[in-house]
Amino acid sequence: MTAVDTQHGDKRELLPYEAYVPGHHWRNAEDEAEGAKLGMWLFLSTEVLLFAGFFCAYAAFRLMYPENWHSASAYYLNWKIGAANTVVLLLSSFTIVLAIRAAQQGRRGMIMINLIITQICALFFLVVKIGWEYIPKIEKGKLPGAWFSYSPHGGEHAAVEAGQTIMPAAAAVAENGVAFVPGAHDHIFLSVYWISTATHGFHVFVGVLVIFWAMWKTAKFHYGPNHYTSLENIGLYWHLVDVIWIFLFPLLYLV
Amino acid sequence: MSHHDVPYLAPKDNIWQTIMSWVVTYDHKKIGVMYLCAVLLMFFLGGVFALALRMELWEPHKTVMVDEAGEVVAIAGTPEGTAALEAGATTEERGRFFPNIELITGERNDDGSFKTEPITGNNIYNRSFTLHGTIMVFLFIIPSVPAALGNIFLPIMLGAKDVAFPRLNLASWYVYIFGGIFALWSLLQGGVETGWTFYTPYSSTTNWGDVTAMVLAAFILGFSSIFTGMNFIVTVHKLRVPGMGWFDMPLFVWAIYATAIIQVLATPVLGITLLMIVFERLFQIGIFDPALGGDPVLYQHFFWFYSHPAVYIMILPGFGIVSELLSVHCRKKIFGYKAIAFSSIAIAAISFLVWAHHMFTAASPAANVVFSALTFLVAIPTAIKVFNWVSTMYKASIVWNTPMLYSAFFLFCFTIGGLTGPPLATLSTDIHLHDTYFVVAHFHYVMMGGTVLAFIGGMHHWWPKFTGKMYNEFWASVAGWIVFVGFNVTFFIQFFMGTQGMPRRYATYLEHFELMHQISTFGSWLLGIGFMIHLLVFVQSLVSGRKAGANPWGGLTLEWYAESPPLEHNFEHEPVLTHGPYDYDTVVPPHVDPEEYPLPDQDEVQRVHGTH
Repeated sequence: MTAVDTQHGDKRELLPYEAYVPGHHWRNAEDEAEGAKLGMWLFLSTEVLLFAGFFCAYAAFRLMYPENWHSASAYYLNWKIGAANTVVLLLSSFTIVLAIRAAQQGRRGMIMINLIITQICALFFLVVKIGWEYIPKIEKGKLPGAWFSYSPHGGEHAAVEAGQTIMPAAAAVAENGVAFVPGAHDHIFLSVYWISTATHGFHVFVGVLVIFWAMWKTAKFHYGPNHYTSLENIGLYWHLVDVIWIFLFPLLYLV
Repeated sequence: MSHHDVPYLAPKDNIWQTIMSWVVTYDHKKIGVMYLCAVLLMFFLGGVFALALRMELWEPHKTVMVDEAGEVVAIAGTPEGTAALEAGATTEERGRFFPNIELITGERNDDGSFKTEPITGNNIYNRSFTLHGTIMVFLFIIPSVPAALGNIFLPIMLGAKDVAFPRLNLASWYVYIFGGIFALWSLLQGGVETGWTFYTPYSSTTNWGDVTAMVLAAFILGFSSIFTGMNFIVTVHKLRVPGMGWFDMPLFVWAIYATAIIQVLATPVLGITLLMIVFERLFQIGIFDPALGGDPVLYQHFFWFYSHPAVYIMILPGFGIVSELLSVHCRKKIFGYKAIAFSSIAIAAISFLVWAHHMFTAASPAANVVFSALTFLVAIPTAIKVFNWVSTMYKASIVWNTPMLYSAFFLFCFTIGGLTGPPLATLSTDIHLHDTYFVVAHFHYVMMGGTVLAFIGGMHHWWPKFTGKMYNEFWASVAGWIVFVGFNVTFFIQFFMGTQGMPRRYATYLEHFELMHQISTFGSWLLGIGFMIHLLVFVQSLVSGRKAGANPWGGLTLEWYAESPPLEHNFEHEPVLTHGPYDYDTVVPPHVDPEEYPLPDQDEVQRVHGTH
């Protein structure tokens, strides 16, 4: 689109964000942006309620099997891995805000740099989650429900467990090669762990996809001071993913 | 003439463009019409299952859904049958209702194929009521009013050109179709027999039919419902015509708004619940499986936390329709506008606090007392509405056309449905009535006597607007009376069956219920005939109906300012709001001859109402 750049007086191609026109049914661009944000908040409320299902299941089973819950959390989950992932998610939430700020200021390079940092954090989270948590758990049979086949008996398992952060007494027992007796409902704890973290992980993955899309839009000059609605909405979504993890981490890892 | 100044139904230059103008449209009216076609198809399918299972209940022993064993005996009695059996050609004789379908048991034969069991009449019956319930709830009644009529009329009533997110709106229709295909797939696999409630552990362990596909279908349909709800909330907040405050909105919009809030806040909980069943089936996570230390009652809590509010997703839009219909066809200002508007919101709020009243026989006694008390609260806003509607009719100049007729049917049936709620909310009586035909009759009086009757009334009310054609008033009224009589014949008797202990969902019953079941089945035929006449009336209208004027009923809400059918962008110019939606005593409706719609004597209005 060609138009006169009134600020500088010379004729040039308007950038996509400068030339942005709202949808035909909106009275103006502000209404459209506010509508989009309201829609995003409604969507986030559905996400909160979706995860509320997991938190309710968590609460119900923790009330039913309180002691088993404590021992299973300490034995099967490594809080250090969870903490590292918490730190990167918090950092990424901060950098995506910086990206939105950069869009408001019209600094395209800063949008891109902050989105790239956000993306690295998100990928770090997924790699740690899958590589350091899911795959070892699958290999050792620490699986949900009926698929649970983990047995600490046998040197192989005991040796691997020694590397885990577990309660001191249990660690000593495992290191000495004596059978560690898991609770009767470890598989239910692991069910809650798997379905809630996997659903959260899926949300992180979707976040990665939409952040790539935002990077593409940034590269194509779609974000600028007068138009950055989708970037802001992606930021809102990303904060929600972060907040949900901030609840999941202490509830699952630090019981 | 720009291309936006033509009626939205106008065909394009060639057939290909016309098809494309529908399948990739962002126009809320076209999406609404596509939803309407889809939900009516589902209503037909669900209705066929209803007629089939009522037919099966004609007699206590097998009627139409016969056992294979019964068939084999019958065949074996004849020379041809014996020969056929010896030739091994029995599969074709299995089950008249679903021929050639066997049940997969989950166990395997030596060659690795699944072992099968023959279908018995009883589990055909189980499938029929499950499919009737699942189709009617998830594929028909939830999207019926909001996604079809709401989509077409909510933006026009607000004076907007479209909904807030047109692309999301189109996506919701495709998601709906996608979910419908999953349901159909499950049906072709032999269906499910868990009941529409999918109670665990049966739903998570049974290998009969394709429960996973059906549960996924309901999960996917939830997304379509959420998309619609989000769209309507933002549309109401952001796209009202300038000058239209919250209390200038038509009550239909208030009702759809309250519905949308429930759709957004309750549906995700159903989503996660159904997803857990899928996990349960695919990965055996054991959350709902008592054999693994899980808790099946937890499932019931999750399920009803959605499905009770979902009851109001189904009925609130019906309330909205009746408010419009009564005011227009009584030509009178609606009585208690704010009371009706706020009672919709109150119902939406209370709906989240009463879910455990579906579980009085499963939950703890202390919780039951609380939930029983909370359930009675629902009666208050509901009764406020009914009293206001009746007051609107008082001393009104009522025009007895089909929409008005249906509004009156609604008031009659819904009030019966509402008043039979308290006996079910009362703990002592519920223990007796729980899972009996009393419950079946109660919720059919609310869902069918309420929402479906309001939906059909609304269809006739807005038919001239969105098709541009009039329907045959005489035959529509005749069909309406047949539906009304058929409905009451079918379901009123079920209250008595329930109090006498006839349990729901049984394929057979004690001899002394036979006459009552036959009366009920007879009523279902009347319903079928009535709906078929309605269908013919609509088809006749589309083919050769008289052209409708812009305002055939003399309505005052903004859709009657638009053309019939409306232009692509709804209005030629953005409408200017000069009066409230129901100011019948001071404003002559648009597009009508003032001679035909004389304003009432203002002194008389003052005398009756005190003020205006």
